[in-house]
Amino acid sequence: MYNLLIGGAAGQGIDTTVSILEKLLKCSGYNVFTTRDFMSRVRGGHNFSLIRFGIKSIYSHSNRLDGIVALDEETIQLHKEQLEDSGFILCDTKLSGLDSRLIRIQMDAMAKGLGNPQVSGSIAVGAVLKLFGESLDNVRTVLQIFIKQQYLDVNVKAVEEGYASTETHFSHLNGMYCDQMLISGSKAVAIGAICAGLRFYSAYPMSPSTVIMETLASKADEAGIVVEQAEDEIAAINMALGASYGGARAMTGTSGGGFSLMVEALGLSGMAEIPLVVIDVQRPGPVTGLPTRTEQSDLKFVISASQGEFPRMVIALRNAYDAFYQTMRAFNLAEKYQIPVILLSDQYLGDTTFTVNPFNPEKIQMISPKLEYTENTEYLRYQYSENGISPRLVPGKTKQLVAVDSDEHDERGWITESAEIRTKMMDKRMKKLEGLKQELQEPTFIGTNDFETLLIGWGSTWGPIKEAVNLLNGDNNPHYAALVFGDVYPLPLKQFKEKAAKAYRIIDIEQNATGQLADLIREETGILCENRILKYDGRQISGEEIVEQIRKGTVK
Amino acid sequence: MKTKTFCTYETAWCPGCGNFTILECLKIALEQLGKNPSEVLIAAGIGQAAKTPQYINANAFCGLHGRSLPAAVAAKIANERLTVIVDTGDGDSYGEGGNHFIHNIRRNVDITHFVHDNQIYGLTKGQASPTSMIGLKTGVQIDGNFNEPLNPVLLAIACGAGFVARAFTGHKEHLIALMKQAIKYKGYALVDILQPCVSFNKTNTFTWYNRRVYELDESYNHKNKIDAMQKAMEFGDRIPIGLLYREDKVTFHQKNAILNQGTPLLDRKTDLNYMNQLIKSYT
Repeated sequence: MYNLLIGGAAGQGIDTTVSILEKLLKCSGYNVFTTRDFMSRVRGGHNFSLIRFGIKSIYSHSNRLDGIVALDEETIQLHKEQLEDSGFILCDTKLSGLDSRLIRIQMDAMAKGLGNPQVSGSIAVGAVLKLFGESLDNVRTVLQIFIKQQYLDVNVKAVEEGYASTETHFSHLNGMYCDQMLISGSKAVAIGAICAGLRFYSAYPMSPSTVIMETLASKADEAGIVVEQAEDEIAAINMALGASYGGARAMTGTSGGGFSLMVEALGLSGMAEIPLVVIDVQRPGPVTGLPTRTEQSDLKFVISASQGEFPRMVIALRNAYDAFYQTMRAFNLAEKYQIPVILLSDQYLGDTTFTVNPFNPEKIQMISPKLEYTENTEYLRYQYSENGISPRLVPGKTKQLVAVDSDEHDERGWITESAEIRTKMMDKRMKKLEGLKQELQEPTFIGTNDFETLLIGWGSTWGPIKEAVNLLNGDNNPHYAALVFGDVYPLPLKQFKEKAAKAYRIIDIEQNATGQLADLIREETGILCENRILKYDGRQISGEEIVEQIRKGTVK
Repeated sequence: MKTKTFCTYETAWCPGCGNFTILECLKIALEQLGKNPSEVLIAAGIGQAAKTPQYINANAFCGLHGRSLPAAVAAKIANERLTVIVDTGDGDSYGEGGNHFIHNIRRNVDITHFVHDNQIYGLTKGQASPTSMIGLKTGVQIDGNFNEPLNPVLLAIACGAGFVARAFTGHKEHLIALMKQAIKYKGYALVDILQPCVSFNKTNTFTWYNRRVYELDESYNHKNKIDAMQKAMEFGDRIPIGLLYREDKVTFHQKNAILNQGTPLLDRKTDLNYMNQLIKSYT
């Protein structure tokens, strides 16, 4: 497995270079795992991506580097300590330094020679392919995806020149997973939504959630969906609710700040029983926080957001594969229970690209509202029922009238202040939680059944925790296991209780300052998890960091 | 006049409230246009006027305070065959929902917006609304309101609305005619309806309005934007009512590449072959 860092200032085209390179590596049959670390600015600063690739499965980023592609001096200064002695630093001849690992090529001069200074990224791509002993086989096909036709030839030439400019540094690995998808968490959410039959997406741009809106907008025409940029997040969620009521499967997405604005309407989804999927791609708060960085600190907020009490479901996404299927599942749960379903992602998961087995949309059978009414009785939107679910009709599709109300209402949907009806309606809505509890998916179990230490986490730390458990169990004395929650509200606890009873110690790993999941678990089970590895610097913990912290003994 | 199709229900309004007239005129307008209740959606937020959807035999979306416009336009996006009417108050439309008011004019979705404008907050028992006049004393504005009143029709014209009208509950036939025109108009249509609040606004009474309003006659050209803005600004001793401005504009549905193909959005299906092709594009 190799780990390559590509760094430079914003505006130097790192994103495109990384996208081309990771796709080429994927086409060579490797597992690829690319994380993106960037600042909240359009020009300057220091941005970098880590491309980890190899034959084994990859679950986490790593901070130990085999190669650095430095588009500026700062990249070298900031990252050379992470570089293995056997590693290389690829840069332009204009950059100085005495490091023996430096490989200087005439990136800028070659680009100038080709008549286009912007192709220096492609020259770097070519050089990297050579350094890792790769071929030029897929270059044209891959470049076509990212480069406009009129610049294609010059970029192909640039890759070839870059390739010829240096020697092989690392031995070639034989990749064998050419059929895999290469996709980011956020794009997997967008594709999952399309496959779930999404018809309407409204949102207000907010990092790091905007990729979902942009992906959907780029597919809107071919997929037959309407994507509308709302004037604010309040409009975004109310539009999604209006569309859903009107019979179009709807979703909205944002990050914590936008979610804060959506809170009242979340309650409308619960009260008026309008299916809704909302994704919160978390970033560090409070308020503006660190706009382009990662955190898992909205858990307690989203499970209790909005006044009053109503049923909801919260699902944390763990990887791109999960993101696709859980998004589809979220639409089904929202439709079946007529509730808001909140997906929790974060910048790390949203922007990281994973290689995964191709998604199969047929795995999940989608359910839809009824388009006809065959009963002889008058239609009642909020008819009392055993399980709390009333028949949902779409206005205008039948002769029946569909009335929804944010006030407490009777079965017909009309305002009431009757104490009796209020109690019955609350009971009806809250009854849906019982059904939801039957749908819960237990957390993913990782590691050995023979464990002494149980790690717990949720969402995007799945990968780092999985890598940590693999590393910790790597010696001949495996003692570690982990439970990583996807469904977080309602919280499935059957498996946790079983495993916790067997555990010598439990270590909670979260990207927040307080250990929100551990607190919830204590609230629900009374089990106190004192050992916590908490990271809230805006950067995702890696598998290696978890191992280091556990081995250092800073956690009991 | 009584209507059958859209029924009559008991309301929670004060006797003498202008809401009754607006509700009655709305029912008559819908009936005269030959609408079926099941094809009509009345949306509102919160307020006394916003209870209107509860009192009419049609589909109803009673949403959040100020947020009926986004919900209503999206319902129209979901199903273009619905006749979508937002019928709510001045606080809901111009105060809490001010941002949505501006931006939905820009969207120009084919919906109709009837605003019960009584220049006061009714449901919260008498505080200044965005359209309250300077000097109006309330329990909150104890020395009299000193903030400039919003001129909704002027704002709507300035924002590019294609159908802007002002009406008064004292002129019923005129109001019904305007409502019908507004509903038939292809695009966002605003009718700001002046009405008295008998309980809380002791300044802008029925008589106050009735003495001032006059109907625009055929000599007025509602196609001239500058004239329309001038008329919109006339709000003092004399208040013109009628269609202030009208312009045919391209609607949201006509502009959107999906919606302009004739299939209502909710009737579209995502093809499995397409899904697999999409997934394959990431391999």
